[in-house]
Amino acid sequence: MIEVEGLTKYYGDFPAIEDLTFKVNKGEILGFLGPNGAGKTTTMRILSGYMPPSAGVARVSGYDVFKQSLEARRHIGYMPENVPLYGEMRVAAYLDYMGSLRRVRNRRQRITEVMEKVNITDQADARIATLSKGYRQRVGMAQALLHNPDIVILDEPTIGLDPRQIIDVRRLIRGLQGEHTVILSSHILPEVSEVSTRIVIINHGHIVAVDTPEGLTALLSGGERVHIELRGAPPVEKVVSALKALPSVNKVEPGERAGQFLLLYEQGKDPRPLVARTIVQNDWDLLELHYTTLSLEDIFLQLVVNEEEQPEAA
Amino acid sequence: MRNMWIIARRELGSYFISPIAYIVVAALIALTSNFFSLILFFSREATLRYLFSNLTTIMLFVAPILAMRLLAEEQRSGTIELLLTSPVNDWEVVWGKWLASFILWLFILVLTLIYPFILKVYGSPDWGPIISGYIGLIVVGGTLLAIGVLTSSLTQNQIVAAVLGVVFTIGFWIVGGGSSLLSGPLASVLNYLSLSQHINSFYQGVIDVKNIIYYLSVIFGALYIATRVVEIRRWR
Repeated sequence: MIEVEGLTKYYGDFPAIEDLTFKVNKGEILGFLGPNGAGKTTTMRILSGYMPPSAGVARVSGYDVFKQSLEARRHIGYMPENVPLYGEMRVAAYLDYMGSLRRVRNRRQRITEVMEKVNITDQADARIATLSKGYRQRVGMAQALLHNPDIVILDEPTIGLDPRQIIDVRRLIRGLQGEHTVILSSHILPEVSEVSTRIVIINHGHIVAVDTPEGLTALLSGGERVHIELRGAPPVEKVVSALKALPSVNKVEPGERAGQFLLLYEQGKDPRPLVARTIVQNDWDLLELHYTTLSLEDIFLQLVVNEEEQPEAA
Repeated sequence: MRNMWIIARRELGSYFISPIAYIVVAALIALTSNFFSLILFFSREATLRYLFSNLTTIMLFVAPILAMRLLAEEQRSGTIELLLTSPVNDWEVVWGKWLASFILWLFILVLTLIYPFILKVYGSPDWGPIISGYIGLIVVGGTLLAIGVLTSSLTQNQIVAAVLGVVFTIGFWIVGGGSSLLSGPLASVLNYLSLSQHINSFYQGVIDVKNIIYYLSVIFGALYIATRVVEIRRWR
């Protein structure tokens, strides 16, 4: 659904993001996690077709967001950070405007549906300038869902909301799963881990980790892991079952590329000698076997600290 | 094309939500009716020639004010981000904005039809110069508004857009004035470029296709540059 390859963006000489590569599969909710200034908004802006990349390719529903921008944009619903809206317009009129630009069929009915979905029906005739932050956020969400896009891009969807509103927005996002492919950015770890099926961690414009929330939690709670790369991509099931049979190994997962595997094991019982022996016995070619570095934890610490510094209600 | 209309319609709605359109329309009507009665009183001629040329001069200042908000405000508030990530071409955004201000200008001109109507009731005006004069006002107004849209694309600040717009419209208006001091090809080029050199024939009753083409090309040129400015802003 979303394919990003070598995406790079410079502002003058300053690299905002460098060589980002990741994929989002259909129906997934991908969390894009990173501290402020990590390049999240830049990535979202490129994916939404607002801004061209300096290098690299991003494809959305098979369309290049730069070369086939209009086509790609038809498949995207986008909510920018801080939700810019026309304050002088009324909610329903604004949605009608956005809907007509995107050629939404049965527009009136669709607007009613979407307003119900995000729970703003009672504010349909209110001027946007008079709405609270929480309501504005929902109007932004309604606008992004109006044309029933394949892909929904949400940049910091819960920033500045109070805890109850945050829960509402999270519920809303989780409700999108399956129907839409969602990519959302946040600088708050629990935020992302609660709604996402997979998480990309970005820092200083580089991807630091890609994992499921469970994988990250395991890592956080002290679970340890080994990264394995085999040459020639041997059958995945065989490798998984052979490694899983080893004592102290909790979980084996295929990695991002063919031939890569991640192995989770019980703390303090390093299985690397056993793993190496198993691989050699099975006649697979071992390219790499290493224990993941701790820099991730540093970033987590940084993220967690950031969250604690954030006031709960803005 | 359809997107252009959708954008223009929203923009027109915004004009009449904010006080700016009411103020400008009221001020223009007050000024023109004052000029109309004064000119009529002193000249005792059933002509609108002088009124038209006064209205044109006023538009040098008013057009940038009508256009100042169009792109600058979207850029300031960030709403341009949602517009430019909708399946809409950049030129449709720029032309839609211009179209909204142009329709407002046509609306103002319709209100001024009261003056020829008064002339008809109390005299027998020559309709030729009045009709050609209105055609001249339509194109010159459209041109000044296009320049306003261009300066609005250059900044996030409406006041800066308006001031810059007035500098541009007046500069473009008087650039031919220097031609009397110069001679040779430069003088005729400046003379040709000047907005003011192409308008008087309309008020005298002559519709020259060359003059219409001149104004249309300035409109296209200004809006083309504005589109490129919007495009370049995406890159930063």
